[in-house]
Order: sequence, then C-alpha cells, then structure tokens
Amino acid sequence: MNHGRKGERLVALAFLGFLLFDYPLLSLFSTEGTVAGVPVLYAYLFTSWGVLIALMALVVRKSE
Amino acid sequence: MLETPVILVVSFAYLGLLFAIAYWGDKRAAAGRSIIARPSIYALSLAVYATSWTFYGSVGRAASTGVGFLPIYLGPTLMFALGWLVLRKIIRISKENRITSIADFVASRYGKSTLLGGLVAVIAVVGIVPYISLQLKVISNTFSILREYPEIVSPSELGSPSLFADTGLYVALVLAAFTIAFGTRKLDATERHEGMVAAIAFESVVKLVAFVCVGLFVTFGVFGGFGDLFGRAAALPQADELFTLGGPDTGYMNFMWLTVLSMLAIVLLPRQFQVAVVENVDERHVSKAIWLFPLYLLAINVFVLPIALGGLVSFQGAGVDADTFVLALPMAEGQQGLALFAYLGGLSAATGMLIVETIALSTMVSNNLVMPALLRAKASRVTERRDLRRLILGIRRAAIVVVLLLGYAYFRAAGEATALVSIGLVSFAAVAQFAPAVLGGIFWKGGSKSGALVGLSAGFLLWAYTMLLPSFARSGWLPESFLEDGPLGVEALRPEQLFGLAGLDGVSHAMFWSMLVNVGCYVGVSLFSRRSAAEHGQAALFVDVFRQPGEGSRFWRGTASVADLELLLARFLGPRRASEALAEFARGRGLVWSEAAEADAEVVHHVERLLAGSIGAASARVMVASVVQEEPLGIEEVMDILDETSEVIAYSRELERKSQDLEAATAELRAANRRLKEVDRLKDDFVSTVTHELRTPLTSMRAFSEILLDNPELETSERERFLRIVIEEIERLTRLINQVLDLSKIESGRADWQIAEVDLREVIEDCAAATAQLFADCEAELDVWLPETAPPVAADRDRVKQVMLNLLSNAAKFCAPGRGRVAVELRVDGGALRVDVRDNGPGIRPQDQQAIFEKFRQGGDGLTERPQGTGLGLPISHQIVTHLGGELWVESAPGSGATFSFTLPLAGSPVGTTEGKG
Amino acid sequence: MASKVLIVDDEPNIVTSLEFLMRQRGYETRVARDGDEALAAVESFRPDLVLLDVMLPGRDGFEVCQKLRAEGWADLKIVMLTAKGRDIEIEKGLALGADAYVTKPFSTGELVARVSELLEGEA
Repeated sequence: MNHGRKGERLVALAFLGFLLFDYPLLSLFSTEGTVAGVPVLYAYLFTSWGVLIALMALVVRKSE
Repeated sequence: MLETPVILVVSFAYLGLLFAIAYWGDKRAAAGRSIIARPSIYALSLAVYATSWTFYGSVGRAASTGVGFLPIYLGPTLMFALGWLVLRKIIRISKENRITSIADFVASRYGKSTLLGGLVAVIAVVGIVPYISLQLKVISNTFSILREYPEIVSPSELGSPSLFADTGLYVALVLAAFTIAFGTRKLDATERHEGMVAAIAFESVVKLVAFVCVGLFVTFGVFGGFGDLFGRAAALPQADELFTLGGPDTGYMNFMWLTVLSMLAIVLLPRQFQVAVVENVDERHVSKAIWLFPLYLLAINVFVLPIALGGLVSFQGAGVDADTFVLALPMAEGQQGLALFAYLGGLSAATGMLIVETIALSTMVSNNLVMPALLRAKASRVTERRDLRRLILGIRRAAIVVVLLLGYAYFRAAGEATALVSIGLVSFAAVAQFAPAVLGGIFWKGGSKSGALVGLSAGFLLWAYTMLLPSFARSGWLPESFLEDGPLGVEALRPEQLFGLAGLDGVSHAMFWSMLVNVGCYVGVSLFSRRSAAEHGQAALFVDVFRQPGEGSRFWRGTASVADLELLLARFLGPRRASEALAEFARGRGLVWSEAAEADAEVVHHVERLLAGSIGAASARVMVASVVQEEPLGIEEVMDILDETSEVIAYSRELERKSQDLEAATAELRAANRRLKEVDRLKDDFVSTVTHELRTPLTSMRAFSEILLDNPELETSERERFLRIVIEEIERLTRLINQVLDLSKIESGRADWQIAEVDLREVIEDCAAATAQLFADCEAELDVWLPETAPPVAADRDRVKQVMLNLLSNAAKFCAPGRGRVAVELRVDGGALRVDVRDNGPGIRPQDQQAIFEKFRQGGDGLTERPQGTGLGLPISHQIVTHLGGELWVESAPGSGATFSFTLPLAGSPVGTTEGKG
Repeated sequence: MASKVLIVDDEPNIVTSLEFLMRQRGYETRVARDGDEALAAVESFRPDLVLLDVMLPGRDGFEVCQKLRAEGWADLKIVMLTAKGRDIEIEKGLALGADAYVTKPFSTGELVARVSELLEGEA
C-alpha cells in the first residue's frame, strides 16, 4: 500500500470539499427553485457531500 | 402509553441495557475476544459526536436558518479526509507515549509541562461543563414534554421542577454510576474501556435509527414525500431565508467558520479524543472510519430539513419550540410509540456524550490538575504513600461525580436562557483553542512551551470575553448594557463588536479574534523564546513519530536502581503487576532481571511511560525524578542527539538507496551469470557434439582399417568397398573440420571478406549446375526462376555461393524422396535482392524454425535425430548473410515443405556498404 | 545354435563394420536403425546380445536399455556404444542395466572379445 499517495489524495479531497462547501461555489446554488421537488441548495449540498464521501471511500479502498 | 411510570421504566430499562452491554463488552475483552476490535465499531463509537444537540438542536437551527446547521457535519467530513494525516499521527504519538487525554497530549508535547496540562484541563472543564448541562437539560425537558401528552408544551412553559423531582438529576447520578463502573475499573487509563465503547456504539445505532424513523414518518407519513413537503414549506413566509444562504445568521462567513470550528472540534473535543485516540484498538481502523463516519453523519442529517420544515408547516403559529420538533411531531400525530422511540433516541444521544465526556474530563482533572497539585504539596506526603492506586481511583471517581453535578448545577442556574445550538457552539469554540498547540505541535518542531502557554491563555481569554460572557449576559447574569455599550461604557470593548468589528455573527466574530491572538501568540512567542532540552526532545518525538518510533530514552541520562523503580511502579500498579510489567519488558529485550541492577535509560523511560498511562506524562515525570539521580541533558547535547538523528536518517536513506542500487546490480549480475551459464552450457553442448561428430567417422575408419589389417584374405571387391568407406569418412571428417574452423573464423571476425559487386543470377546458375548431380541422385527436380536482369549486390562471391550451395543441398536432402521438387526464385525486394529456395519436403515444426540456425541443431528432436550433414551448414550461412547485411530465414508449415529465403542489399544502398574487413 | 546379435545404430558405415565383425565370429545378426525399431526387433528376433548405440533418432539408447530391462529381458546382454565418452554417461549406462559400455572409436579386437566373452561365458 502506498501511504504517501493515499495521504495526498485524501488531502486533495479535503480541499475539494472546502471548495464545494464554501463561498463562492456555494452561492451559485443559493437560488430559488427545486430539483425533483427538493430546493436547489439542499440538493446540491447533500449530493456533493455524498459524492465526496464516495470518493474518500474509493481512495481508501483502492490503496488497500 | 405515555404515562409517567411507563416513560420512567423505559428510560431506566434502556440505561440498564447499556449497563448490560458494557458489562458484556468488558467480559469479552477480559476473555481476549474483543467485540470492539473492528473498524465499523470504531466508526460508530466516533458518532458520539452526534449528541442531543444533533438530535434535537439541528432541527431547531434548521427551522431558523435552513442549511445553517450543516457545517457542523461537513467540517468533520473534511477533517476525516485529512484524518490519514492528522488523526493517524495523533493516534501513533499517543500510543507511543501512553497519552490518555488531550491535556496530557499538550503537556507531553511541550516538555511534559504540568502547567500546560493544567491549563488545558481547566479550559476543557470550563468549556465543556455547559455542554454537559445541555445534555442533562435535554433529557429533563424531553421527559417532561413527553409526560404532558397529548398536550404539546414548550420547554419555556414547563418551569423548573423541584430538585428532587427532576429526572435530569437522577439521570446524572445513574450515568455517574455507569461511568464509574465502566470508566474507572482499572487504573491504567491506557487500558481501554471496551465495555463503555461497545455501549457507545450501540447508542449510536439507536439514535440513528430513531431519528431516521421520525424522518421517514414525517416525510412520508405526515406529508406525501419530499416534493409535497418542500412544496408546502415553500408557502411559508420565511421560505426564502430557509431555502437560500446569505441571511443575517446564515452568511457565508458564518458557514465557513462553523465548518472550521467543527473540523477542529471533531479532533479536539475531549470525548472525541477519548474515542478516536485513547480507545482506538488498531491504527488501521482509521482507514475505514475515514469514510464510514462521515457517511453516518450524512445519514443522520438527511431528515433534519424535512423534520424542521414539516414542523414549521404543521405547527404554524402554535408556538412549538423547533428544538423539540423531533418529539412533538410524532406526539401531535398521536404516534405514541414513535414518540417514545424518538425520546429514547434523544436519550441515547445525550447519555453517550455524557459518559464519554465525563470519563475524558475526569482523567484530565485527576492527572493534570489534582495529581500535580498533590505532588507539589509536600504536606500531603503523597510521594511517600505505598499504595497510590486507591487514591488515584478515588480522585477519578470523585471527578466524575463532580463534573456531572457541575453540569447539572449549571443547567439549574442557566435555566432556559439559551438555545441548544449556541451552548454547543460555545463549547466547540473553547476546545478549538487547543488547535494551534496540538496541530502546530505535531507538524512544527519549532512550537515552544511558552508559545503554547501564551497562545492558549490569550485565546481562552478572548473566547471567554467574546462568547462566554455574552452568553452569561443573555442568561441575565450580567447586565444587558455589557453587550450594548461595552464594559463601563467603553464601546470599543463591546464583546460582540470588539474594537468596532461589526458585521460578523457571534461565532465568526469570536473565532476570528480568539484564533488571531491564539495562533499569533503561539507562533510569535515560539519564534522568540528559548526552548528547554526536554522541549526539544519531545518536539522531535512528536513530529517525527513515523520516522523513529519509540526512542524516548535517547533524551534522558541518569542512574537509578531497578529496585527503586519497581517500588515506585508498585505504588501505582500494585506489586504484582509492577514486577510483571518489568519482567515482561526485560524479556522483550532479552535480559535477565535482577533487582540489584542499575537501570539504564531505557528502563527508566519504560517505567515513566507505564506511569504516564496512570497519572499523566507530567506527573509521571515528577514521580520518576524523585527516585532517580538525573544528570540533566544540556540543550547542546539534545541538539547533538537531534543532529545525529537527522544524520542517521540521512544516512539510512543513503543506505536504502545504496541497497537498492546493490539489488539492481545483483539482479544484473545474476542475469549475466545466467547468460554465462547458458553460454557455458552451449559451449559444453558444442564440444560434446563436436566430439560426437568427430568420433563417428573415426569409428568407421578405425573399424574398417582394422578389419582390412586383420583379414588379408578378403575379396578384392569387398576390400575396395571398405577402403571407399574409409575415404568417404575421411572426407566427411575433413569437411567437418573445415566447417568448424570456418564458423569460428566468421564468428570471431577473422574471416577474409572479398566484397565486390556480385551478380546473383550468375551465382545461382553456377550452384544449380554444381548440384545437378546431387538432384539427379535424389531423383528430384530443380526449377530456377531468374529475372532477365538483376542489379548487382555488394558481397563476397565465394561466401554467397557457399550459402546458395548449402541451401540447395539441404533442399535436395530433405525434399520428398522420389518426387522431390525444388524451386529457386530471384527477385528484387525493396533495396535488396531476395532469393527463395522452396522444397516439398516434410517441412519444419514451428518450434524448430529458430533452432535450425543454431550450431549442430537440425530439424527433428534435437541432437538425437540426425539426418546426414554436420549441422553446421545453416549456422554458417546465417552468419554469412548477416555479415553481408542481409537476412536469412525460413517459412514452413509441417507437411507442406519449407522455404528458405535470404536477402542481400543492392550494391550502393546504404546497408550494402558494410565493408567487410579482415 | 549360433548366438544372435542385434545391431542398433543409425550410422550405415558403422553398421556395416559391426555386421561384418559379428558375422565373421559366426553370429546371426539383425539391424535396427532407431529405438523403436530396436524394441520391435528384440521381440521378433529374440537376440542374445544387443549392440546398442546411445545416440539414436527418437528413443535414445539409454531409454531402450531401460525399457528392455523393465520389460523383463534380464538374460539379454546389452553392450552400449557411444561416441560420447564422458564418465557420467558410462555410469548412467551401467546403472540402467547395460552389461558393458564401449566408447567409439572402438578397437575391433576388443569389441569382439567383449562380445564373445559375454555370450560364451554364459553359454
């Protein structure tokens, strides 16, 4: 298992998360309207959160 | 169903179940069959992060700010992405140094400083007690609300129950009993509390399931799914604020600061440190928890917004407190069972937090506050007591009761003044003050004790001023004017607009100022302060933990007797365990234990680590110092050791590189050796084959010569026949010798090449004429196809002839007996002339097609199956063609003949200029 | 009755010389050119002695020798002939059950003496 790469990839994901969950990207989705009945902001936050966790799981699993 | 006795019985039955699980977990651990030694249990125990603040408070916050509650859970996700870097390092350091709390961690990092450890413990207690009180308050409130069924009341309408009628108090006492039973059974705090962790993991499951059940019920039972729910919520007057960000309390700045705050809290909260670091069974569990724990948080948060919005829609104008929606919604719908389950979920969230937090705090209080004080106070003569185990356990137990009662007292005093969330945030911000000292401490060797001390103190003061005091003011403990006009009317010092900094919400404001001074002082003072030898040593141990584990003894020098150390240890661990521990250590190092022996640095260090597990690093230092004669290491010496270490690291890297080089060289040598062996084998084969080839004609020659000699009376015809055989064999032998010499000449480059322009048509015709008799003997037909003209090739005429003759005689030899047909064709092929010699013989098996160009290898089963010929013709031809810049190859399918082809470059073409030299 | 000798070799000239030498001693001869032919000839011709070359096409002499002994031809005398004179091969041949091992080129006198010794010593 390559610890170095795993660490680097996870750090990169942390940065990605910070980017996704904060201004200014967040403001793009802070609008009225719905996606499949769910307000855009809610849909965006939960989807990107889920994707981020999936990516983290992928990185961890891949290096094992 | 929701009568008081039922609720009471269920509550206490649940707590009883916790006792049972914890008891079972401890039993299994004692039997060596741990139930918590798996990554999923580890991840579940981390979910102690989700307290009643999550269970009820998130909904409350969501009801006023929309997604404003979410950063508290996004932050931990981000921190766990960094977990491999941060959490794993903290775990490793803590295991190496037997660290048992966050206070101990900080104290140990900065030269085992008693002062720092105490400061961290104080901040933790001050910061966390309100948080503990919050949990008790929730338990008490939800119990009361449930009792009022079918009426739904707000917590503010409840009024304070009398002291002895308050469930909060009883729950606090039961939990104190639980925590004492499962948290302080053994002294060594590094021995994990498996039963407690099992109970916590169970609670995490209960609260998740309860919350999701309520969420499903609200979304699909009360409303018609997400679309319906959000659609009806959109009609609320405050819908705009709820569906978007940017309102007064939901600014992006607030969102970011909450994310940062919770990132820090997930590591630094005493209960998180307890479950994530101290209770960690196996460092590798972190790997799975990296994604599993965030997934838990995601799952428990999915229904926060639906419940919040559902509550707002259902209770429009009914005055129901949003903090109680989780309970109130099932109650309003008459779902008594679900309401009770929701109450249990909240209870599990609260009790989980209370248990772990009190264990963590009691360890800190006993190891970092009480023990150092006792050690210092000579009057207590504590250092002279023979058995300290009871004393320390007593301190721990007292601390647990005190912490819980402090929390309860705070709850009684603070009343209903503040919402759940703000109390939680106050605590988060308090522990966030540890961040510079902890995170700086594990990545930056330059961080010093003075820096940490000043930074922590300053951050703590600012936190108290900008967060704690305002919350007091809101509770009515301080005049409102304190907030409005500043202390003594000095506007610049208004706690929520310090120095006139306005436009930030309370959390962002407090975090900005406290982190600014905390980080600033930590870095600034560290850069300009002198560090002691102990600090240098500990800094290196922490920061380089992955590089050189377990070498704490390098920074100590002195003498002590083994007997003294054992005596010291016995006072904390008991005589039996002390001698066992020392004997085990000795065995591990292959030593025979002798009581009279001088203890070396490693033994002393080991004893100190053992003690650190019981009483904290700083106190352990003091205790050990009391029985050994230390020679203090000077700063220069520590620096020397560190330099040496970095040299050793550099040297070992160099070594590693060299050994890799060496490995590569070895591999090359091995390959070369293999090649040599192969060559040797080939040579051996060659010699053996040549021997055979020489002996065979010699055998006939000798036999017939002897026959002729021994039988003078032989008939003339027979005599002639035998003599002819002798001559034939002599010719064969001569041919063989010539060819061997020829081949070795070509191979060694000593052959004489007469390169000139050669007309291949002529050569082929000559050779066809020369072999006409041979073909006639074999009854084979030879067809020659030549073009009208052909450009000349640059070659050695005699050598080309040799090749051509060899191919033709081979074809004659192998073509189908009696009906043989051989065709020779010449044509221009690119920049070369190509000659094909095709026969209709048996063909050559694919696996032999390469081998026939090797010496003495003819078609068939290698050496044993040999048609006539020396087996050198093709190898020689191959050498010749290759030397002349062409190629020689064979195409054949077994059963349908073989075609030998060779090319020779045209004269004047670049390849053709290969100048054969002597 | 004349003893029977089977000659197994793929070199025609050597076969010619061996045939001459054996017939001169009054032995009845038969020739086989490879291993399989040799095994068949032993079945049909039932020789008293086999002159067996090691380097044969297909099945080599060692194999033939081993097979003959395995098939129970215990009384059959086997003289191995080889152009490879290494000690290891001599050992191998004797270990596989050959009665004698003669290196090429051989002395005709010695070979004949050896053969008659093996045949008449028993007869």
